[in-house]
Amino acid sequence: MKLWMLTSVTGVFLVACIVELLRRRKLKEKYAFLWVLTGLVIIPLGFFPSGLDSVARAVGVRSGVSLLLFLSVAFLFIVCLQLSWEVGHLEEEGRTLSEEVALLRIDVQELQKQVAEHTTSADAAGRAGQGGLK
Amino acid sequence: MIDGKRVLIIMPAWNEAEGVADVVKEVYATLPGVDVLVVDDGSADDTSRVARSAGATVMTLPYNLGVGGAMRAGYRYAYDRGYDVAIQVDADGQHDPRNVPELLARLDQGADLCMGARFAGTGDYETRGPRKWAMVVLAFWLSKMARTKLTDVTSGFRASNRDLIDVFAHWYPVEYLGDTVESTIAVVRAGYRVEQVPVAMRPRATGTPSQSPWKATLYLGRIGMILLLALSRRSALGPKGKTK
Repeated sequence: MKLWMLTSVTGVFLVACIVELLRRRKLKEKYAFLWVLTGLVIIPLGFFPSGLDSVARAVGVRSGVSLLLFLSVAFLFIVCLQLSWEVGHLEEEGRTLSEEVALLRIDVQELQKQVAEHTTSADAAGRAGQGGLK
Repeated sequence: MIDGKRVLIIMPAWNEAEGVADVVKEVYATLPGVDVLVVDDGSADDTSRVARSAGATVMTLPYNLGVGGAMRAGYRYAYDRGYDVAIQVDADGQHDPRNVPELLARLDQGADLCMGARFAGTGDYETRGPRKWAMVVLAFWLSKMARTKLTDVTSGFRASNRDLIDVFAHWYPVEYLGDTVESTIAVVRAGYRVEQVPVAMRPRATGTPSQSPWKATLYLGRIGMILLLALSRRSALGPKGKTK
């Protein structure tokens, strides 16, 4: 089997995944652009893995495939960092929300207590009023 | 009300059902006129119910946020309800409510944050090894920055005035140790006046302190990280008087 067969099949599969996830709105649209761009890079490189050879030599890397490997590790690293950042952000949002819920729960309890007091005193007043009418 | 000021005691509690009722009752007995808010930090036990039946207002967090998270929630409550002073007291009985009037007096004299500090003469609290070095280095740095003697910046026994309640309601570090050390550094660097009052810590009524050598080393590392990070960035707070 030739190298290009392996890489092109993988490339097409990855791009198909991206397109399908975007179509089902499982990937946020704000990242859609990034992922489409990634797909556009993956496809030609999948069919011509040696296409980067000249670029690679120009930046001092012996073969295009090595350069690709290096670039993909760097890319994954950035994606990881972005995800950790996002998780921290989400955690902070969750924290704020749970604070808000806890504060609201206190408010609700206080209001319930007031309502209960109000109704019992109204009942008592009502009963007293009826007693007076007899 | 104490001297015309509305004072809130904030007590973060995580699985403290055994001790919290006694602590709450002691606070009410020692300091008539204060309100007590117990922040139940996602406890699995009866903490909420026990604290409520002891007469405290209870804020129940839906899941465990850590001491810092619980404290920020507490400060938000204090901010929303317009309290003048918020005092953080541990639910395990380490902090003696009889020291509270001293903290309040310091706030009256113009301090923004007043901490109850061990190692400041009273009490017989002792630490050894890496933990002690960390404390010494921290105390030295912060004393220099605050231009006053601070011996125990990890103390969780602290009183804040209205300005700092506002600050802490919006910004309070969540991570372990960050809640005490980082918040103190940020407050000092923003130009608030931080002071301390010597207090004796009592042995915990419940729970055990962590003192293994491995944990102590980890502690040292974390303190170092916090210190370096805090010094490498500008204070998360605006300068005093310019809070958002």
